[in-house]
Amino acid sequence: MSTTFPSGGAPAAAPVMPDVMPTRIARKGITGYIFRNPTIAIGGFLLLLLIFVAVFAPFLWTKDPTALAPAMRTRAPSERWWFGTDMLGRDVYSRVLYGTRVSLIVGFGVAFFASVIGLTIGLISGFVRWADSIIMRVMDGLMSIPSILLAIALMALTRGSVGNVILAITVAEIPRVSRLVRGVVLSLREQPYVEAAIASGTRTPVIIWRHILPNTLAPMIVQATYICASAMIAEAILSFIGAGTPPIIPSWGNIMAEGRALWQVKPYIVFFPAIFLSITVLAVNLVGDGLRDSLDPRLAKRV
Amino acid sequence: MALLEVDNLQTHFRTPDGGVNRAVDGLSFSVEAGETVAIVGESGCGKSVTSMSILRLIPEPPGKIAGQIRFNGKNLLEMSDREMRAIRGNEISMIFQEPMTSLNPVLSIGNQIGEALVLHQGLSKREAEAKAVEMLTLVGIPAPDKRVKEYPHQLSGGMRQRVMIAIALACNPKLLIADEPTTALDVTIQAQILDLMRDLKHRVGAAIVLITHDLGVVAEVAERVIVMYAGRKVEEAPVGELFNNPKHPYTKGLLGAVPKLGSSLTGESTRLAEIPGLVPSLKNKIQGCVFAGRCPEATELCREINPALELKAPRHQAACHYATKEAVAA
Amino acid sequence: MFAYIVRRILATIPVMAIVALFVFSLLYIAPGDPAAVIAGDQATPADVERIRASLGLDRPFVVRFGEWVFRIIQGDLGLSIFTNLPVTRMIAQRIEPTLSLMVVTLVLAITIAVPMGVVAAWKSGSLIDRMVMGFAVLGFSVPVFVVGYLLAYVFALELDWLPVQGYTPISNGLWPWFQNLILPAVALGGVYIALIARITRATMMEILQQDYIRTARAKGAGQTTILFLHALKNAAVPIVTIIGIGLAGLIGGAVVTESVFAIPGLGRLTVDAILRRDYPVIQGVILLFSFVYVLVNLLIDLSYTLFDPRIRY
Repeated sequence: MSTTFPSGGAPAAAPVMPDVMPTRIARKGITGYIFRNPTIAIGGFLLLLLIFVAVFAPFLWTKDPTALAPAMRTRAPSERWWFGTDMLGRDVYSRVLYGTRVSLIVGFGVAFFASVIGLTIGLISGFVRWADSIIMRVMDGLMSIPSILLAIALMALTRGSVGNVILAITVAEIPRVSRLVRGVVLSLREQPYVEAAIASGTRTPVIIWRHILPNTLAPMIVQATYICASAMIAEAILSFIGAGTPPIIPSWGNIMAEGRALWQVKPYIVFFPAIFLSITVLAVNLVGDGLRDSLDPRLAKRV
Repeated sequence: MALLEVDNLQTHFRTPDGGVNRAVDGLSFSVEAGETVAIVGESGCGKSVTSMSILRLIPEPPGKIAGQIRFNGKNLLEMSDREMRAIRGNEISMIFQEPMTSLNPVLSIGNQIGEALVLHQGLSKREAEAKAVEMLTLVGIPAPDKRVKEYPHQLSGGMRQRVMIAIALACNPKLLIADEPTTALDVTIQAQILDLMRDLKHRVGAAIVLITHDLGVVAEVAERVIVMYAGRKVEEAPVGELFNNPKHPYTKGLLGAVPKLGSSLTGESTRLAEIPGLVPSLKNKIQGCVFAGRCPEATELCREINPALELKAPRHQAACHYATKEAVAA
Repeated sequence: MFAYIVRRILATIPVMAIVALFVFSLLYIAPGDPAAVIAGDQATPADVERIRASLGLDRPFVVRFGEWVFRIIQGDLGLSIFTNLPVTRMIAQRIEPTLSLMVVTLVLAITIAVPMGVVAAWKSGSLIDRMVMGFAVLGFSVPVFVVGYLLAYVFALELDWLPVQGYTPISNGLWPWFQNLILPAVALGGVYIALIARITRATMMEILQQDYIRTARAKGAGQTTILFLHALKNAAVPIVTIIGIGLAGLIGGAVVTESVFAIPGLGRLTVDAILRRDYPVIQGVILLFSFVYVLVNLLIDLSYTLFDPRIRY
């Protein structure tokens, strides 16, 4: 450079400033996603594993979970009975593995039905002015009955069966979903683009399909995972206190209820289903947290 | 020795994607006791980060401060938290841009003014409240003995900024940092607050660092001006010198962007001169002059070599290869 | 202010009415005919019909509901089918253990959870924060009876520090009473602690970003003052709200906890009533719990003005 400068002399360079912290390079691709969302990866893996166990329970070295063997009562865990046997000589390992089925069916079933019904009620409440106050009063009333008690009360009316358990817990969960959906609908209705659609005479079903449902989906999915988790716990609690699935069905709550009388001397009968239940609920909750963080950052900030 | 000497200050932030945001990169300046220095620049140029860095209010992480900030000769960056707390609100205090949100909504006005007094001067709650009433009178709030028991939501924006000033001045600080103290206020209130600050400055004798993007405010209250661009100082001069004889193209651009009264009548262009382009992202290292991308006079040289700050006239620094140098004693 | 309180109290009436309607319907549609039970095996259909008429069971739903509500307002919850005792008396006998358990759990949970959430928010992203959040996920995931058995196994059976099961009335001394409640309260408190800690953390994180926290810092206030005076007071409304809402879960959990620790409280009464299909007792317990829940949440609503001067009625 041989130009002359108005300032005269050679160009003076400013000192170069080093960074006070190093640059970190973010990972990309699947490993990057797992690295950034470890909860969803761990939870998802555990959940898949449990679904596998539920589906293939008969092939995972199990015996008939209901086969009685009075001579082999309350055996401690060993090579022959991995988780020991209960007071009727049934194999706890097999019962616990089959119990995965009940827990997952109830969890997913309640999550599905509560979401669908709650969504419907929430949409009606958000769009039909005169129905809103009635529906919300009813929901307020149902919500002021502790949900386990509500489920217990409903179970007291019917025979114990998996279907009735799903029904009872679903009823107890519906108010929460309805309120969530209604909240989303009411806030979306205030949005200029929805107001514009309403003003330009778009029919309500179209508005719901185009504007409301897509925006409700993310919080609904997150909510559904939490409902799934709490339904699994609720099922176990109901069965544990004798108001859930009939004793013939090996559910974790039932296994624990049966092991209850002996738990001080034979704690393993209670602990194995307890561990499975905790891990299952944990897996669902981790998936829920992970989904919440990546689907709905606004929600993630709040809770 | 100057009251405040900022030496090669760097405040960097970790960005969520792992990169580094160089909000302030190698800033040096000093403030004499009782002096009023303005730091001007567009939003995002690092002037607020500078003010927060002086009081070490930058959350670390994601931020990190390097360099030296000497107050009365002692480096604030090397102080313990306890020593730093003894300085905040006592020897150096600060007024923020947002009077609406800068006061705690659940604590009474008196409580919030008195807090610094209880902390730094060991006053009892009762004494602090009496002093708070005094401070409210000083900043011109009517019915101070009633207001002292009220909560921020019961006050208007201008009133709240007066309360903020009362909090800042409660312990007679040696240095007051005012970060855009009038930006959020109505024009008439702005003038009142500026008058108040000028008046109090004479009474209290504190040095002021005024952070602003409003050149009108600068002309009114500052003695010396520092122009910042993209985290660096590009020009510094006494206020009259800067307005009459700007050296850096950026400063010229800023002055050109100020509307002049009656300009539409004199037949001049009614459009304000604007500086084309955007402030460069501070997430990337900038080669060459930081202003080169927007500078009308930039050359190849500007894009390659970052100009050093040089004395271009007495007490007048600028960082531009092409700024004319006047007779300066070397 | 007074008008607001009255309005809020009136607003709880429809909620309680829905609860009452639900609970009454429970008995109404419950399987089994009380008249047939009373009449016995030998009775003819005519006898059953006469008894039904004398009990007033043949009148319309609305009339019976009205009567039933009227009786409840007078404090009459009916007779237990199983013991033939007044339900109110059965509840009164069992209320102390449940109340003790809930109060101890509440105090324990709040004193642990709030500081936990505050520290997690302050040190957000740090190891402590991760541990608190991890604990919260565990708290939500491990059901109360699992925690209960685990605690009882470790601290009672293995270490022999605390009693395994049972309840000692408070009249037998404060320490024996408390000793028996420690493990159940910790077990029951798990979910509650997780809930409160999470809300506290989330609220505090948002508040610590606020400008007024920066002002407090610029004043030279210490970390403890900033967290517990400037920030926590602003976070109080969401925190007390979640404490009230979480009470529902606490009530449900108490039913299970009492089963695990053999505490003769309302939870046990409920479980026994279900097994015996003793509907009047189930009704009474649900009504009582729901009433307490609504009442507590009403009080919490009214307490907002204590924390936030902006809330005026």
